[in-house]
Amino acid sequence: MTAFWILAPIMVIAALGILFVRKAVHAALLLAVVMISLAVLYAGLDAPFLFAVQIIVYTGAILMLFLFVLMLVGVDASDSVVETIRGQRVLAMLGGLALGLLLVIGLGQISLGTAVGLDEANEGGNIQALANILFSRYVFGFEVTSALLITAAVGAMVLAHRERLTPKPTQQAQAAQRVQDYAESGKHLGPLPSPGVYARHNAVDTPALLPDGTAAPTSVSRVLTARGVVRSAPALAEDIQEIDRQVGGAPHAGGRDAATPASTTEDAPATGDDA
Amino acid sequence: MNITAYIVLSGILFTIGCVGVLTRRNAIVVFMCVELMLNASNLALVAFAKQHGNLDGQIAAFFVMVVAAAEVVVGLAIIMTIFRTRRSASVDDASLLKY
Repeated sequence: MTAFWILAPIMVIAALGILFVRKAVHAALLLAVVMISLAVLYAGLDAPFLFAVQIIVYTGAILMLFLFVLMLVGVDASDSVVETIRGQRVLAMLGGLALGLLLVIGLGQISLGTAVGLDEANEGGNIQALANILFSRYVFGFEVTSALLITAAVGAMVLAHRERLTPKPTQQAQAAQRVQDYAESGKHLGPLPSPGVYARHNAVDTPALLPDGTAAPTSVSRVLTARGVVRSAPALAEDIQEIDRQVGGAPHAGGRDAATPASTTEDAPATGDDA
Repeated sequence: MNITAYIVLSGILFTIGCVGVLTRRNAIVVFMCVELMLNASNLALVAFAKQHGNLDGQIAAFFVMVVAAAEVVVGLAIIMTIFRTRRSASVDDASLLKY
């Protein structure tokens, strides 16, 4: 019971978090907390097999599937706060509160007596006992489950499959397209400029600097720009000032030192793109 | 050993999942809330198995897990398909049947 009283508040808080967090990834991680806590509770309830299955199937397979789909669906999958039906959220909260009170009060009042316990049923081992029941009394359900799983797998493949409507572009066609773009609109032939490399910061979220000191927009991923996590030039300037403060040197000269190599490294690709 | 606390916890988790299904807009999060409800019922099943001293509850919980796995696979594939055609995973955007 100790594990229960420790885990129950954690589970309720994590479950409530699923209701209120904005990002779907955070909701998935909170759901993982709930599921792992449930696995521990199963272990405490004399169900070691379900403890393992809960972790392997739920936390391992189902949640990873959720995260995988979140990755495919992308960054703009955040919840909108606009209510389609007016007052729906309030009504849902009130209804949920009513249901919760009903369940808690109702279930809290039942007297079940002392639990019989599974010591007798688990005598030859929990897994052996479960297998005995599963392959005798529930063998029909077990077989039907296999049909269900096959149907689900085939269904998912059919739903996720997409016929290619246009032929796949060959490398030759891509090269020809690139040269044609250059001839028509002057788009740079080579690869896109790489993100900025500076003394203090070297990551994909830092744009390269053009010779005039402005950021090269093509040097950072479109996704990062949409998310709004691209570091701006003022933020970099603050970094430089911070380095100045740490070094304790002359502020202006120090800043120049930190900034110069960055802009020179980025000169070639950035100008190429600009033209 | 009294399982009332487990049952109450299961009820609370089920309610939270229920409210989540009603309030959240993102289809994937709605799906997670459905999973939360299934997990809550599993907890009740396992607790009752302990209460009555036989393993049928655990078998039922095992079947729920299998069905949940199948359901998640198909459901997420549907969400992917909808997202591919409509560029949105919001449950409010798929409303063509209304008109």
